[in-house]
Amino acid sequence: MSDKVLMKGNEAIAEAAMRAGCRHFFGYPITPQTELAAYMAKKMPKVGGLFLQAESEVAAINMVYGAAGAGVRVMTSSSSPGISLKQEGISYIAGADLPCLIVNIVRGGPGLGGIQPAQSDYFQATRGGGHGDYRLIVLAPSSVQEMVDLTYLAFDLGDKYRMPVMIIGDGMLGQMMEPVVFDDTKGGGTGEKAWATTGTRMARKRNIINSLYITPEELEKLVWEREKKYDTVRAAEVRFEQYAAGDAEYIIAAYGTTARIAKNAIDTLRREGYKVGLIRPITLWPFPNEAFSRAAKTAKAFLTVEMSTGQMVEDVRLSVDGKVPVHFYGRTGGMVPSPAEIIEKIKSIAGGDK
Amino acid sequence: MDSRITIFTGHFGSGKTELAVNYALKLSAEGKKTTIVDADIVNTYFRTHDKKVHLTGSGINVIAPEFANTNLDMPTLPAEVLSVFADKEAHIVFDVGGDEGGAYALGGYKRFFDREPYDMLFVINKSRPLTQNADDISAYIADIQNASRLKITGLVNNTNLSHDTDLQVLMDGQAVVEAVSQRQGIPIKYISGKKEIVQLLPGALKEKAFGMDLYFQLPFSG
Repeated sequence: MSDKVLMKGNEAIAEAAMRAGCRHFFGYPITPQTELAAYMAKKMPKVGGLFLQAESEVAAINMVYGAAGAGVRVMTSSSSPGISLKQEGISYIAGADLPCLIVNIVRGGPGLGGIQPAQSDYFQATRGGGHGDYRLIVLAPSSVQEMVDLTYLAFDLGDKYRMPVMIIGDGMLGQMMEPVVFDDTKGGGTGEKAWATTGTRMARKRNIINSLYITPEELEKLVWEREKKYDTVRAAEVRFEQYAAGDAEYIIAAYGTTARIAKNAIDTLRREGYKVGLIRPITLWPFPNEAFSRAAKTAKAFLTVEMSTGQMVEDVRLSVDGKVPVHFYGRTGGMVPSPAEIIEKIKSIAGGDK
Repeated sequence: MDSRITIFTGHFGSGKTELAVNYALKLSAEGKKTTIVDADIVNTYFRTHDKKVHLTGSGINVIAPEFANTNLDMPTLPAEVLSVFADKEAHIVFDVGGDEGGAYALGGYKRFFDREPYDMLFVINKSRPLTQNADDISAYIADIQNASRLKITGLVNNTNLSHDTDLQVLMDGQAVVEAVSQRQGIPIKYISGKKEIVQLLPGALKEKAFGMDLYFQLPFSG
């Protein structure tokens, strides 16, 4: 399947995961993510893998914990309420320094919320979600092709840093269909995992997977060591895209679906003479602080657009550090902003200043 | 002679809904009394119900799950569906949910479908990853016929790659759909796609062309 195929975002992640060597999937169905699990259920048996629909999201994430401990490439997927249920397990996986992929195809919240697309789980994804000092690498694709590419990357980064990685999409990205290609030179390599509980065969010391440390001195040491690892990730793994940002006086900050809509708005605004550009974080954690602080030296103002009441805008404000105003425009509850709404907001910020 | 009842089935993502909406609009434009039934109790995104205002405005009667896209999450079809079997004047278009899961909803109406002829079309997009060859497509046909307890009477080659579609993409699909047609003994009813693409179909294939306007678009382009 190196030819172009037409896929839903949900299916594309599933196919890419299998191509990246993932042979273990544990999940529980929920709209608007279900096609991912359905695709896995159909294809995983054909590649000799395991698809398991667990009795709950809590069970599924703990199965991921176990499989990750055994050193295999493993994943789960869900949508917002289901991801909330998984938080305890995610914290344990982070606390045991294990790699895995968690996919969140976000829907409107809080509570059961709705089933239409949203970006209101940004705080949960980037601020921990579960308890304790830990981070996830959070990847935010904005096309079906990027969902493919970032799935390969997610497994590689997880294995490299021994930490859980989250791909955060939204219902629109999960459900929409776009042509994609799969790069068969990528993926497959899980590398040697000397720490995995694969059986000693009496030939080595036993490996232990654990997140319980009663001695505070020992726990503090471990948590600081992990924080140093996070510093390495902060330094090495920031990813973002700039669009028409070079000479931009007004910079839109947006990720995922919203970034696609913002690009349409920017194209129209540019034709009308407004110097507008986009910075699109691809890693929500680590956040591209420097891209924004650099742009703040030349831009007159920023506009963060999100399908939330304002979550990523806090990271943009931290990066811009008060140098210029950071405005916000959001739709939430499953509503998607239109290019026209973004255009109007930029014009009101610019006040006729082209 | 086409039956007054046309049912669109297929793998999810094959383009059933776009076809059903275009087909209903075509019937209505020909001056026929037309009803479209959104019988999709599976999918909640990109569905016929979303186009209710446009369809109703074009004189088409829309029957959709009464709680579709409301706060009552109840995947049921309304009793009103039965009215389409009583009104013999009307042309009826059924848009069925994807895969065998969606086709089960049809089975409940089997005793009505048995009373008069119907066209049940199986929509194929060869560019979808699970329907790329005659074996896989034949398996889907069997699943959907079993679930719906109805017989597929025609195939539709709706092969496309969204914005990347050209005639070659459609013709690649045609080769596979012809193989399925031979193996299953089911004729090809339509070759469908955007109007500007199907008008390029060569020779006799043009007679089966079904040109569409695309009603289901994303809130952005490119």
